[in-house]
Amino acid sequence: MSEALVRFIIGGLVVSAFAIIGGLFKPVSFAGLFGAAPSVALATLALAISKDGKDYAGTECRSMMAGAAGLCLYSLLVSQLLARFRLSALTATLCAIPLWFLTSFALWRLFLR
Amino acid sequence: MTIKIDPAGLKNTRWHEYLLRFVAGGVITVIAGVIARQWGPVIGGLFLAFPAIFPASATLIEKHERQRKQEKGLHGEERGTDAAALDALGAAMGSIGLVAFAGICWWLIPRYPAPLALGGATVAWLLVSFSAWTIRQRRRRLF
Repeated sequence: MSEALVRFIIGGLVVSAFAIIGGLFKPVSFAGLFGAAPSVALATLALAISKDGKDYAGTECRSMMAGAAGLCLYSLLVSQLLARFRLSALTATLCAIPLWFLTSFALWRLFLR
Repeated sequence: MTIKIDPAGLKNTRWHEYLLRFVAGGVITVIAGVIARQWGPVIGGLFLAFPAIFPASATLIEKHERQRKQEKGLHGEERGTDAAALDALGAAMGSIGLVAFAGICWWLIPRYPAPLALGGATVAWLLVSFSAWTIRQRRRRLF
């Protein structure tokens, strides 16, 4: 089985598992925690450790801190776009993506490069 | 606010919506691997926290809440948007946990076996996320 297919299946399974767990909880704001679960990271890091070694995976984790901080600001912006400007969920989540790129790369360049 | 386990929430989800999440998760994991291969683990690592699943999840939450309220004869549009906004706020709290996950993984992975490092960091994600959510709930009650 090719590496891409293994990645696809493992990534899909881990993301689905966290989505199902999140769907079990109420209130919605608590279930939302699972929207930022380390699903893609767990799948990718497990494969990276076994294939490329611990140093490679460790380097990915270091950069991931900037990406996660970007995700925090992105989520806050989406929340505000929805609550204050009443955009649709799809519009708000897509409009906010440039903020993730900006903050993630800026934080990485300032603190982690 | 009390946290409840409500399996009824899963019943509203159709099989093709689970499939959508599976495919989106699989595709972003493949893309993250390709980016890391092409530009190295430093750039690849950033994309381990890319909000790829977020648009699909938020849209589904908005749709389910809208349908649920419309079935009761209420204004589903407003409630759907409110539910998606609350979900995004929860994700912001979860992202604080994700920063902790990444930092703890960075420290644990070179020192401990992979299952222990990843398992420990996942527990830390849950604890930090839950703490951030709880603090926000208490502050909201006070102010």
